[in-house]
Amino acid sequence: MWHELFLNTGKYLRLLLRRDRIRLTIWLLSLTLLTVVVALAYTELTPTERERQAMAETMRNPAVTTMFGPGYGLDNYTYGAIMGHQMLLFTALIVAIMSILLVVRHTRGDEESGRIEMLRSLPFGRLSNLAATGLALFGANVLLALLVGLGLFATGIETIDLHGSLLYGACLGATGVFFAAVTALFAQLTESSRSTTGYSFAFLIAAYLIRAVGDVSHETLSWLSPFGWIVRTQVYVNNYWGPFWLTIAASLALMTLSLYLNAIRDLEASFIPAKPGRRTASVFLQSPLGLAWRLQRTTIISWVAGMFVLGASYGSVMGDMETYLNSMELLRDMLPAAEGFSLTEQFIPMLMAVISMVAAIPVLLMILKLRGEENRKRTEHLLASAVSRNNIMMSFFILSFIVSFLMLLFGATGMWSAAVAAMNDPVPFATLFKAAMVYLPALWVMIALAVLLTGLLPQGAGLTWLYLGYSFVVVYLGPLLKLPEWLVRLSPFGNIPRLPIEELDFTRLFLLTLIALTFTVRGFFGYNRRDIQG
Amino acid sequence: MSVINIENLTKRFGNLTALDGVNLEVQEGEVYGYIGPNGAGKTTTIRILLGILKATAGTVTIFGRDAWRDAVEIHRRVAYVPGEVNLWPDLTGGEVIDLLVKLRGSNNKSRREELIEKFDLDPTKKCGTYSKGNRQKVALVAAFAADADLYILDEPSSGLDPLMDRVFQECVLEAKKNGKSVFLSSHILSEVEKLCDKVSIIRQGKIVEAGALHELRHLTRANVLVETGRPAASLAELRGVHNIRENGQVYSFQVDTEELGRVINYVSQFDILRLECAPPTLEDLFMRHYETTGGIS
Repeated sequence: MWHELFLNTGKYLRLLLRRDRIRLTIWLLSLTLLTVVVALAYTELTPTERERQAMAETMRNPAVTTMFGPGYGLDNYTYGAIMGHQMLLFTALIVAIMSILLVVRHTRGDEESGRIEMLRSLPFGRLSNLAATGLALFGANVLLALLVGLGLFATGIETIDLHGSLLYGACLGATGVFFAAVTALFAQLTESSRSTTGYSFAFLIAAYLIRAVGDVSHETLSWLSPFGWIVRTQVYVNNYWGPFWLTIAASLALMTLSLYLNAIRDLEASFIPAKPGRRTASVFLQSPLGLAWRLQRTTIISWVAGMFVLGASYGSVMGDMETYLNSMELLRDMLPAAEGFSLTEQFIPMLMAVISMVAAIPVLLMILKLRGEENRKRTEHLLASAVSRNNIMMSFFILSFIVSFLMLLFGATGMWSAAVAAMNDPVPFATLFKAAMVYLPALWVMIALAVLLTGLLPQGAGLTWLYLGYSFVVVYLGPLLKLPEWLVRLSPFGNIPRLPIEELDFTRLFLLTLIALTFTVRGFFGYNRRDIQG
Repeated sequence: MSVINIENLTKRFGNLTALDGVNLEVQEGEVYGYIGPNGAGKTTTIRILLGILKATAGTVTIFGRDAWRDAVEIHRRVAYVPGEVNLWPDLTGGEVIDLLVKLRGSNNKSRREELIEKFDLDPTKKCGTYSKGNRQKVALVAAFAADADLYILDEPSSGLDPLMDRVFQECVLEAKKNGKSVFLSSHILSEVEKLCDKVSIIRQGKIVEAGALHELRHLTRANVLVETGRPAASLAELRGVHNIRENGQVYSFQVDTEELGRVINYVSQFDILRLECAPPTLEDLFMRHYETTGGIS
């Protein structure tokens, strides 16, 4: 019986690993590299104990706790404690995402595409696919734990010792195994790979939020979340292994349940019945603009939340920024000196530059979706209806335009909300709002460039991303790398007045807007005249 | 009045000439077949008709208006089904049907429901989970639910099963009955034969044959099968007889239509036991074109 259920699991495991050999290698190597590079970066950023203690001071507030988990070892904030406190949770999130994507692909994904059906027609156990997937992910996460653990130990940083490093790696691996099991369970419950992914990510976000709320209110709540467990290992300081074993035990229980459910269900059946979608279109989905919104609403909502969190993560450290910045030479070098302003105020323009350039990502996603639709040959449905090209392009343009405002608004709001919690004398909302909104013309130039390329050089529309990358390098790192001013000025983001430390210079903003307008008009003309591909 | 009028249409993509001096006219109330092998230029022609591609040279009008310049106005009266239906994976079939019908400007709820029923489509499923045939049904329901004067259909039944294919043909015939015009591209010849009044055959961007079906047939040969009481040995030497095959005294061969009378006359002296004479199918017509112009390239 057992033999039959798992027949050929080993052979299939080999095929599965072969299919994923590149994917897995990239995941494991980049996670290891990320961890090691960040560990080394901390030694650059805070070379002295005084600086590390200054950093520890900024960590003593609830906003930071919601982001990173409860602080520990703050009285002696070693590199080990810094890694465990600031990096473990975020890296664990990425590992969880890896596991979700890989498991969905091999369970519901393969089932949906009919590959499992083909296999099951062969002498192949009913549970072999799920078992092989579980084993593959288990192996991959063990490997990840070892790579990260040994990689961290190999940095040779004194407080990053072997015991702590192995626990650090083990926490990541355990999180990976846990989310593999969770996804395997959702793959039994739901009927499409789309909804398996959806439920798994919803679980991930819920787990993160429950921990965040629990960490600042009732600790019991945090014990309901796997993320709450791993941050309680207090790796590098106390090295508690208990939460690790708890994670592994929970994963085994979930995996066993998944295997049981898989054994008793039909192929391509699910326990949660597929919810039928809408039979008719709602009143919103009756125009190209409605369609543009509908196609991208999930992206917009996630980015709104993301910008709020990004702003909040900056805002949460504002309270102690003065002491923090004073103690950190590297960061001070990045700030141009300005008389008569506090260091916090001098820091705001740099934060806003980063926020606005991150905001440019969703803004560009919105407008470049137009080109993506064309590539996927869906624009022809609209063009074959009584809809003009201006109408189509304008719909995506308007959405992108609104999103440019929303992103900056939520970035500033997030920053302000956290700053209120963290500062005795918080920066007024109006200051942050103005410092953020002043970047609107730069975002408009980015939209306009995308419109221009979509209209005149559709194959090159992706170049806009390159320009954003360039902007990021020159604006963020320009002062540090001592780049010449004109290189910075080539980016729209380099031409924005640095509020609140600089005067609001309307001439430059007006010129940027004018450039944006010109590009947009040219782009619309081009789009009206060219062939639509597909 | 001509609904579609294409004169001297040329379309180049860089060095490639996709269409080379195409002429075509569709009258009101006609079902017009546009046939040719894959890559002949059918879809390119249709996209120019819809103002999605711009003609390099020539004039293209629909309802007497310029297909490129007046595209939006024209499309209020046109319904279109693409050859390869790509839909938005996150939208349900019902949503897409409503969206497309709405964008065209018409709205006929009962007709929509009737068609969904007829085509046996589940409109509550996400388009990402539909098979090719189901995506085609979505496009067909959206097209026929619209109250259009011209239906442009690009190989519309290539993913449908025989049952649904018949539903589709009923829809086309119903449109015709109501005085609508249909422009139907296909490489399924039996479909064109059943539905179309007139056809154009396109090959490598050029129209090689055009006209009413019954006119075109004289250009080709009839298929004849005859069984005689006595051997008709010299049959193969007659003028106009091709590809003869003998099986005892059963002869099957093709004969040029203009020679048919003489050939039958000749055969009758050998005591005809059985005679079957089939009109040429479009397939024959098509194959003959390949033969005379160098085969399928």
